[in-house]
Amino acid sequence: MAASAIQIIRLKKSYQETVALSSVSLDILPGEMFGLIGPDGAGKTSLIRILTSLLDPDDGECRLLGISVQQEPEEVRKVIGYMPQRFSLYPDLTVGENLRFFADLFRVPKKERLKRTEELLSFSRLGPFVKRRAGQLSGGMKQKLALSCALIHTPKVLILDEPTTGVDPVSRREFWDILKTLKDGGVSILVTTPYMDEAEKCDRIALINKGHILAQGTAAEITQGFTGTVHALFSRNLPALAGWFKHRLHPSQVQILGDRVHVSLFSDAPETMENLYREANREGLSIDTVEIAAPGLEDTFISLIAEKNQP
Amino acid sequence: MLNSRLMPLIRKEFIHIRRDPRSLLILFLMPVLMMFIFGYAIDMDLKHIRIGVCDLSRTPASRDLIETLNASPYFDIVARYSDPRKTEGLFTQRIARAAIIIPADFARRLAGSPESPIGVIADGTDANSATLVQNYLENVFVSQSLKQSSSGNGMPIRVKARMLYNPDMVSAHFVVPGIVALLLIMIGALLTSVTIAREKETGTMEQILVSPIKPYEVVLGKAVPYLILAFFIAVFILIFGHIWFEVPMLGSWSTLLIFCVFYVFTALAIGMLISTLVATQQVAMMLSLVGTLLPSVMLSGFVFPVASMPLPLQVVSKIIPATHFLVIIRGIMLKGNGPMELWPSFLAMTGVGVFFISLAVKRFRMKLK
Repeated sequence: MAASAIQIIRLKKSYQETVALSSVSLDILPGEMFGLIGPDGAGKTSLIRILTSLLDPDDGECRLLGISVQQEPEEVRKVIGYMPQRFSLYPDLTVGENLRFFADLFRVPKKERLKRTEELLSFSRLGPFVKRRAGQLSGGMKQKLALSCALIHTPKVLILDEPTTGVDPVSRREFWDILKTLKDGGVSILVTTPYMDEAEKCDRIALINKGHILAQGTAAEITQGFTGTVHALFSRNLPALAGWFKHRLHPSQVQILGDRVHVSLFSDAPETMENLYREANREGLSIDTVEIAAPGLEDTFISLIAEKNQP
Repeated sequence: MLNSRLMPLIRKEFIHIRRDPRSLLILFLMPVLMMFIFGYAIDMDLKHIRIGVCDLSRTPASRDLIETLNASPYFDIVARYSDPRKTEGLFTQRIARAAIIIPADFARRLAGSPESPIGVIADGTDANSATLVQNYLENVFVSQSLKQSSSGNGMPIRVKARMLYNPDMVSAHFVVPGIVALLLIMIGALLTSVTIAREKETGTMEQILVSPIKPYEVVLGKAVPYLILAFFIAVFILIFGHIWFEVPMLGSWSTLLIFCVFYVFTALAIGMLISTLVATQQVAMMLSLVGTLLPSVMLSGFVFPVASMPLPLQVVSKIIPATHFLVIIRGIMLKGNGPMELWPSFLAMTGVGVFFISLAVKRFRMKLK
């Protein structure tokens, strides 16, 4: 039976007035790396906590490997590995002691534990730091230790909540390489992130904002859904140009990306780039070149959010 | 009971304790400090009370009386004067707390009547010492008058109270067991509530709850290590009080220690309950201190006898574990009581503990809110 690794069916959750999740449905396939992308407060953490049985939903259901989280939380806890957003290991315990503790919590037999610890230490390259206290590790190493602890019982499903927030770029890349290795080993992974570049490393993505899933699919599928045009503008005075466009259009339509400004124009917008170009020139802003750019995930996400906001 | 998941929890807790030697040191030093403060400061014995003596008699009999007073450890004669009108000055200038005026006809009246013929003036602003001075002087005069009237006729009949179990009325014997009760309940509640609150605060609790752990394992995993630690603290302060303050031990050590285990358990139960109410270590600490110290000092009979409280407060005092433990510890140490005499207090105390722990387990949630 090829059941979904994670199945989320019309999940609802509100905190008093605020709606955290409004009827969210997702399907994550076995062996897939699925990215849940959204800004802070989009409902990512609520969704993850419901999945890990830490939080009860108001309505709806979720199943992990076919097991209902709401009905059999204890069974679910045995098969998932969970890495919360905050570093939540014991800073006064050493790397080895933390691993040992979590192995014992999951009742990993001694022989297996030793073998697994060896494996995890080597692939996270924490081996030389076994005797170091977790509190004295660097940010990147802490994340790798947290991941190792979440993996000590060889879970089939791994759930990570913003694992690379606040981690330096080199460690982030290394962390994603580890996730890729795990995925290739057959682990289904659900990962949330606010970073678009990370999202593109996932097999499939869902964009979430204010408790709604705005789009889901592969990165290519999602960007196809972008219905406007993205213009890349080059100028000697990028900040001034970006500032002018932000003022003229909506701030969410304008982004500075390195040496260029991306301006997204939706298909139903009254302005055309020709008019805007002339207007900007009249204002004394120099635009060297204008190119049509391929819409990225971020452009798509922004346009989707903007669309949603315009009734 | 010690299943394969409980042991690692306990082991982990002992690593925490070992890795934080400073806190451990504080845990053992704080009781010593408190014992010194309470043991010496709440000294209800009056000694070296400064008195003034105005001898108008100037006879061998009066000099004999003055010498007796001077020789006693309770009085220091700081002023000798001959004008009774100077007495008030002694009080206003805080030179003495009491004054004795021996009348000119002292020797004659002493021979004639057994009534104490002496004027005693005490500083009423310090009511406690005033009463004690008066009582003590009366005692001195009685023995004095007995000595003087060697003929034996007209021997006055006096009521003399004898204090059982604490014959010398040493306050420390009364206070130290009270401090033990106070410290144990405070440390027990503080330790457990703070360590659970820490796991909530740092997020490790979230990580633990996602494992297939059972609620009772979480609770026991915290209770067992701190029960052991608090028990060692109990033994330490009991021995300290016994040796340093020479509090007698008339009953059996083993009985006392067994009762201690149950008392500490009750303290941990309060800590557990507090930890289910709070989210941060600071609040846990505040609540543990206020929630244990205040009622234990005011309502347990540590300072004010329960019997003299208004009825509603007497009822409240029954759910304070220290109330029952005070009966137990004073009973064992000072009276030599055994389990036969103490079982009602023991049952009441343990009952309060079971009540708190079941409330805590019920409130302990495997979910986040």
